Amino acid sequence: MISDDCKYTQEHEWVKVESTEANEVLVGITDYAQDQLGDIVYLELPQTGSVVKQLDKMGEIESVKAVSDLFSPISGNVIESNPDLNDHPELVNEDPFGKGWLIRVTMTSANELDGLMTASEYQSYIEGL
Amino acid sequence: MTDSNKRTPLYDSHISAGARMVPFGGWDMPVQYSGIISEVESVRTKVGIFDVSHMGRVYISGPSATEFLDLMLTGSASELRIGRARYCMICNQDGGVIDDTIFYKLEEQNYLLIPNAGNRDAVVGWFNKWNDEKFGNACNISDTTLDTGLLAVQGPDAVSLIDELFTLGDGVQPSSLRVFSFGEGTWKTGTSKGKSVFMGRTGYTGEDGFEVVVDKAMLTDAWDQLVNGGAVPAGLGARDVLRLEAGLPLHGHEIDEDTTPIEAGLNRFVKQSGGFIGSEVLHNQIEQGIEKKLIGLQLMGRSAPRVGYSISLEGEEIGHVTSGSYSPTLDKSIAMGYVLERYSKIGQRLQIDIRGRMTDTEVVGLPFYSRPRRS
Repeated sequence: MISDDCKYTQEHEWVKVESTEANEVLVGITDYAQDQLGDIVYLELPQTGSVVKQLDKMGEIESVKAVSDLFSPISGNVIESNPDLNDHPELVNEDPFGKGWLIRVTMTSANELDGLMTASEYQSYIEGL
Repeated sequence: MTDSNKRTPLYDSHISAGARMVPFGGWDMPVQYSGIISEVESVRTKVGIFDVSHMGRVYISGPSATEFLDLMLTGSASELRIGRARYCMICNQDGGVIDDTIFYKLEEQNYLLIPNAGNRDAVVGWFNKWNDEKFGNACNISDTTLDTGLLAVQGPDAVSLIDELFTLGDGVQPSSLRVFSFGEGTWKTGTSKGKSVFMGRTGYTGEDGFEVVVDKAMLTDAWDQLVNGGAVPAGLGARDVLRLEAGLPLHGHEIDEDTTPIEAGLNRFVKQSGGFIGSEVLHNQIEQGIEKKLIGLQLMGRSAPRVGYSISLEGEEIGHVTSGSYSPTLDKSIAMGYVLERYSKIGQRLQIDIRGRMTDTEVVGLPFYSRPRRS
């Protein structure tokens, strides 16, 4: 399952533009990523007000078996971390493109999106893994 | 997956049940099917089934078999009654653990041992060496691992499911076997009807249940009948969480050739009479004390310590984690690890370095989880 209105990183994060005027985006991990991780039990996400930089580590995600780094698909300021994930990290497994979003960010530069994969490019990418 | 990995006869059954396969101990094994958390819950509340055919089936027989095993094992073979099983360790001369195993006394001079998959060759090699050097090869050591399969049926509903499918003959039900007893069961139904299996009331999950040795030819039928009867397929991921919750050691983590059963807190599986390989070292440790000790650690949050993470007290490193996981049953993170003995008391507050986050933890008694006793 892939969402057509997102751009993607090779580390399996997605970014979706919510407001073009405000440069506001949502960030999450893909269905492929949550399936690979298995049952997610904990997330360490950047706090509101913090700064993230494109392709830099922004946090961690833990499943029962493994822990992985999270990378930000874009640079900007974090407006909100998904408050529901503290008590319900399984939302990332159940609805990775919806209720399982990770952070809301004001992008510094919308041009950064051009360097990310489109949905069809990401589809080909994961089929080659 | 590499070409050299072995596959159990149930490989295709695992794939069609949606398993994700991983290499483990030289085998391609299912790590999970529906998901680790739901599989753990099935085993804790209903019944789960594990294909553990990768574990060894090694028979020891011959006129000196009991004497031989009394030398090789930390648990007594001579004092074990026929029809009973025992958990113990196989130690090297320094008291380090080559493997841990359950062994079953089939006859006065005939035993079945279940070594871990990755240690089977080491155990058989170690036995062959001593059989040659000390016993003039009088023991017959027979590794039948590849001729049979091994299924673990575990959980509060496991015994009633086994009773539905098997009889011990003359209307005697498998549930009449006590824990750590075994018998020969006969299939009541299916294409294997009338055929017999070896069944022991043992396991590695902290739940009641059976481990069943089945001929290769019947294994798929056995799996299908047990799954159709309600047993939920569970993989190595769930098995690792379950054994950790139950405070059971895993070789290569809590025990290895550089740790002793005494350091691992396994004293009750070490016979006091001695006379086995490594016994002098172990008895010295019992009398004079140990430097490091295995402990259980409980954390407040869900972020889990992982193997190798450092354990410290006021900034000073005093040990390391050997296993850690989020525990679905307790809904908090748990770990086992070694610390300096003087910091091993229950209630001791310590810190674990979780990838740079110094996280508070507390020493707790093992096991983390005990099943509720049922009348």
